Amino acid sequence: MSGSRGSKRSHRDEDPDRLYTVTGGRSRPSSDDFDLVTLVVSECDPVPGMQKEHVAILTMCRFPTAVVEIAAQLKLPVSITKILLADLMDAGKVTARHPRSASVRSALPDPDTLERLLVGLRRRL
Amino acid sequence: MDSADASEAAVKTAPRAVRDAAHTPLSASADNGLKIVVVGGFGVGKTTMVRSVSDIRPLNTEETMTQASLGTDDLKAVPQKTSTTVAFDFGRISLDEETVLYLFGAPGQERFWFLWDRLFAGTLGAIVLVDDRRLSDSWYAIDRLEHHGTPFIVARNDFGGPPHSGTDVREALDLDPHVPLIDCDARSRASSKEVLIELVKHLQSLTKAPEPTR
Repeated sequence: MSGSRGSKRSHRDEDPDRLYTVTGGRSRPSSDDFDLVTLVVSECDPVPGMQKEHVAILTMCRFPTAVVEIAAQLKLPVSITKILLADLMDAGKVTARHPRSASVRSALPDPDTLERLLVGLRRRL
Repeated sequence: MDSADASEAAVKTAPRAVRDAAHTPLSASADNGLKIVVVGGFGVGKTTMVRSVSDIRPLNTEETMTQASLGTDDLKAVPQKTSTTVAFDFGRISLDEETVLYLFGAPGQERFWFLWDRLFAGTLGAIVLVDDRRLSDSWYAIDRLEHHGTPFIVARNDFGGPPHSGTDVREALDLDPHVPLIDCDARSRASSKEVLIELVKHLQSLTKAPEPTR
C-alpha cells in the first residue's frame, strides 16, 4: 500500500542547512547528464578525510548503482545527489553508464529494447 | 544440464525473499537502466505492485524543485518562490546481465507533474493503476500522460467489490479505444507480471503501427 510512508522520510523536513553543507552551497549540478537510472560505478576506494557522502557513494558503487538508489540510501533529494555525483565524476572517482533508451520526449523505445524487456520479464518473474 | 540452465531453474524456483538493495547488488556488467512508472491515486496499490515484482524491498526517495511561482502580482517587487517536493517509491528487476528495469510508483496528484519531465523523461511507458470505486482519482493522471505523450495501459486493481463492466470503466475514464484496460491483483507477482507484459506488448504494437491520431 502507499500508506506505509513516513518512517523513512527523515530528509523531508530536514534542516536545509544540511543540504547546503553537503553541496558546498551550490544548488545546480555542474553536470545535468545524470538520469534517475544512470548506473554509477566507483573507480577508486574512499580515502580518509573525504566528505562522508562521498565515502558512502564510493562504497555503494563498487557494484553499478542507479542514481535513484544512491539518493534513497543517502536519504537526500535526487537533485542534491546529482551534484555530489557530478563532483565525483569531475574528479574521476566515478564513471557513469547512461541509459541507452532515447530520452527524447514521446519517442517510442526501439524494438530490440522491448524484446529484451519481454524476454527478461518472462524469465525473471 | 549446463550451468546456464541450472541458474535459470534456480531463479524460477527460488522462494521470494524480500532483500535489501544493499545485499542485492547489480551485476558488474549492468549498463542499461530502463524505466516504467506506475501512476495512481493514494492507496490504490502502487507500492504493492512494485513490491510484488521487485528484486529488492522498495525504496523511497524524493525530488525537490524550487521555482518562481506563476500568477503572482506584478506589482510586487520580490518574486515569490515555491518549492515543489514529490516523494516516490521504486523497486528493480534485473532482466539480464546488462539490463535492469526500474519500476517507479508515482502519485497522481497535481504537483507531481511539475517534475515529470525531470524525473521520467525516457520512460518506456506507464501503468495507470485504478480502483474502480474511485475512478475520478485517475482522470488527472491520464490527462497528463496523454499530454506528455507517454504510452500507457490501465490496470484495475481488484479490491473485491462488485466489478464494473469494462465498458463502464472505459467510459468513466474516457479512454481511447486503443488503450488496453486489464484487471489485476497488485498483491500477486503473477498478476503484476501480466500487467507489465501487457504494457510491453502495447508498446510493441505502437512501434509497429503509426500512432493513432486524435
